[in-house]
Amino acid sequence: MELFNNLVLGFTTAGAPWNLFFCLVGVILGTLIGVLPGIGATATIAMLLPITFQLEPVSSLIMLAGIYYGAQYGGSTTAILINMPGESSSAVTAIDGYQMARKGRAGAALAIAAIGSFFAGTVSTVLVAVFAPPLTAIALKFGSAEYFSLMIVGLVSSIALAHGSVVKALGMVVLGLLLGLVGTDIYTGTPRFNLGILELSDGLNFVALAVGVFGIAEILRNLENEHDRDVMIKKVTNLWPTKQDWKEMTAPILRGTAIGSALGILPGGGAILASFASYTVEKRMSKTPEEFGKGAVAGVAGPESANNAGAQTSFIPMLTLGIPANPVMALMIGAMIIQGIVPGPNVATEQPALFWGIIASMWIGNLMLILLNLPLIGLWVKLLTIPYYMLFPAIIAFCSIGVYSVNSNVFDLYAVAFFGLIGYVLAKLRCEPAPLLLGFVLGPLLEEHLRRAMIMSRGDATTFVTRPISLTLLLLAAAVLVVVLLPSIRKKRDEVFVED
Amino acid sequence: MKSLNFSSRDIVCGALFILVGLFFAVQAYGLELGTAVRMGPGYFPFVLAGILVILGIIVIIQGTQIEHEPMGPIAWRGMLFILPAPVFFGLTVRGLGFVPSLFLTALIAAFASTKMRPGMALLLVGGLTIFSVVVFSYALGLPFRRFGPWLGQ
Repeated sequence: MELFNNLVLGFTTAGAPWNLFFCLVGVILGTLIGVLPGIGATATIAMLLPITFQLEPVSSLIMLAGIYYGAQYGGSTTAILINMPGESSSAVTAIDGYQMARKGRAGAALAIAAIGSFFAGTVSTVLVAVFAPPLTAIALKFGSAEYFSLMIVGLVSSIALAHGSVVKALGMVVLGLLLGLVGTDIYTGTPRFNLGILELSDGLNFVALAVGVFGIAEILRNLENEHDRDVMIKKVTNLWPTKQDWKEMTAPILRGTAIGSALGILPGGGAILASFASYTVEKRMSKTPEEFGKGAVAGVAGPESANNAGAQTSFIPMLTLGIPANPVMALMIGAMIIQGIVPGPNVATEQPALFWGIIASMWIGNLMLILLNLPLIGLWVKLLTIPYYMLFPAIIAFCSIGVYSVNSNVFDLYAVAFFGLIGYVLAKLRCEPAPLLLGFVLGPLLEEHLRRAMIMSRGDATTFVTRPISLTLLLLAAAVLVVVLLPSIRKKRDEVFVED
Repeated sequence: MKSLNFSSRDIVCGALFILVGLFFAVQAYGLELGTAVRMGPGYFPFVLAGILVILGIIVIIQGTQIEHEPMGPIAWRGMLFILPAPVFFGLTVRGLGFVPSLFLTALIAAFASTKMRPGMALLLVGGLTIFSVVVFSYALGLPFRRFGPWLGQ
């Protein structure tokens, strides 16, 4: 019954006209950037983060969440129509979705993706609502040792999901942690690593870092070799799936939802992993595995449901523990901090309207997406053809405005240029920015909990392995690390990421 | 004799890790390290910096074993126009004001693409500036001066 009351509270909050409006703005923006080349959800949210400061906390988080799952939708549209996944989580969709489009079944592929996503979104919204409160209750019992171990799990998982060298990804995490420590030591007030620059005494600006390494560096990479995109499909017709399609898509959607929901909860897991796992499962379970890669309905339905479910349930660790599962969640946490909300298990009890409002808005947002995207598909197809050189000046302008408006501090703009350069150099060196950003957000927290845990245990480092929850988490982290380092799985992982 | 195939990418990457690690290590060593029970401000960063140096060494060692892979094109033109854009905005937003500063910032950035034509750029950037003023200055009410003191206002 409490669940029911909570959901009523959530839907009343999310259903308020103002919040509905921002949910709509979010999902439209999300679809837009998912469809447009060269700008992803992370960069967009980083860019808009400071502007949301002007809004109510609930409205701003609802909008940012909308951008995130809207981008998943938009990303699958480009994957199907032009074989270019707008977001990495729809990379798998491109395999069979594009083949369907080439056979003249683009409409059906888009509809299957949308229906699968909507179903998965509905189920995982309920799952978030059911599992968030008990997890919050557990999280309230967490001591510093548990928090430390949990963050280790998150950081290790982000390494597992990075492309390329594991050692480099680990280096990115450590570099991020170190950058996060720039500023002032919270325990003693000692300034550190600030190079004598006054503006650095509060630490590096999170927004400037995120905009630099995700926004600016991404533009530089796109400018390396400019080429136009070929859009083969000019018009999409026959949206409604056939009877045969319905039969073929039902089971994959159900399985994809289950896989996605489970993997999304893992810190560092989320949408990308879920879609790959679902594709593998569908191919293995199919009676006609030879159809895969040639336009199999299950190859679109499964992964699309899985990535949407995963995107949704990745909110669980963020909402209940204040631990980001991916860079987007790290930005959401940044948004909460800007709004003066301390992320963590207390959010559910102290800000129930915010907590349940976000959860309810996810379902509303998914409904908006399906109502919006299928009829508007013609418009999105047109947008696909916008050349990149017309887009990036606007991105630069919005980045500059966004970053400057955080504190009206021009130093942050110089930091954007600096981190843009750093981000580009790192990209050239095949170092992923996602683990760096996670490390940056978690750095101060990790240090705080490490120091507190050590004081509480009087310097006994075994405190991390004698407390059961902490031990379990550390074992999980170790298992993930072993798995990524195993040669056979590494090979598989390289194959999986070859797509991008 | 088989010659070693150094990956310049990995050498640079490893060297970067080591240099940054050493920088943080030296800085952290200058702070109070404290003990494991009562860690000082330098303890945790010092450990992390050490790890980063070790990772850098591993990256370099791995780089000597992997075959050389070309770095790909470098966006020199992009860097020349993109990176100064936010800096220019920072230098002028107070003096020139939001409208002219944003216009010039976007104009600088626009020329990062070889495909951009001057007429096109002016049109695009003009539209962008109008859009931004309407959305950010009027609709969202961000506290920017539209025209600054350098223009005699």
